[in-house]
Amino acid sequence: MDKHLYNFVLHLGDNALILGHRLSEICGHGPALEQDMAVTNIALDLVGQSRNLFQLAAQLKGGDATEDSLAYLRDATGYKNVLLAEQKNGDFAKTIVRQFFYDAFNYHCYQRLLQSKHKDIAAIADKAIKEITYHLKWSSEWVIRLGDGTEESLRRINDAIEDLWPYTGEMFKFADYEVACNESGVFPNIQGIKADWDEEVSSVFGLAGLEVPKDTWMHDGGKRGVHSEHLGFLLAEMQFLQRAYPGQEW
Amino acid sequence: MKKWPLWEIFIRSKNGLSHKHVGSLHASDEQMAMQNARDVYTRRSEGISIWVVESKHISASDPDEGESLFDPANDKVYRHPTFYNLPDELKHM
Repeated sequence: MDKHLYNFVLHLGDNALILGHRLSEICGHGPALEQDMAVTNIALDLVGQSRNLFQLAAQLKGGDATEDSLAYLRDATGYKNVLLAEQKNGDFAKTIVRQFFYDAFNYHCYQRLLQSKHKDIAAIADKAIKEITYHLKWSSEWVIRLGDGTEESLRRINDAIEDLWPYTGEMFKFADYEVACNESGVFPNIQGIKADWDEEVSSVFGLAGLEVPKDTWMHDGGKRGVHSEHLGFLLAEMQFLQRAYPGQEW
Repeated sequence: MKKWPLWEIFIRSKNGLSHKHVGSLHASDEQMAMQNARDVYTRRSEGISIWVVESKHISASDPDEGESLFDPANDKVYRHPTFYNLPDELKHM
């Protein structure tokens, strides 16, 4: 098994699953029916993407690994998602800012995966990019409206940006498996992602009348399994059924 | 959010068919109305095109005028094209 390839696919799947699960937590709690549907749709898209990736990871791992064993039977230290994805939903502004930072990254990441030499990954990206393009559009429009909205929405989105900005650096601090996949052509041209992301963020923030924070100290660790305390609680809830009643099915 | 205006949503289900009213929703502006319509009304592949129109821009006929507007057509069956004998060779009519 190509360990770097396996870890890379897991990392992509974990990003999608953890953020998708976070969003699913607020299903039924949206500020309006229309937004509740939008957030739930995005959650479902992300969980769907993670399934495709876990199926591939299970295939790479072989043995009795399945998409379900990868999702439900790994501990927090085995998860490789970025810390941004596991951050709590907070208020609507925080949910939106987390989504926007992630979508802007994800969009430019999957644009590259379309060119991947690994044909399964390219195929997964081809399916996902349409969804991700919409996610980015949706979260961008909300950043603009919250930034250029009321005094309260501006205050809340600025608080959210301040909270989440230190989690953005990790996306561009590439793990050993990302570097290896870059060299093997699985994840091409990773060097340009940061510049693309910066441009995306400053263009949307410009329209929103928001300031891009100055560079600051950045958290990292998620990609190698060192997580914030939030992930353990998330997994405890998400994995409860399979842990308590192993092998349960619908 | 309570101040969000109401929008009427029209969806074209496939090419060749016209847009059909499917419902209404609240949104802050036309761009958001479009996104909300996509999320609320096209999740199950219902459409290929969306129109959104702010409800206040729609003028509706007055139900009280129903008699004068619509009843006069009731006794004018000759307006239906059912009085022509079509040649058998003519298909798709």
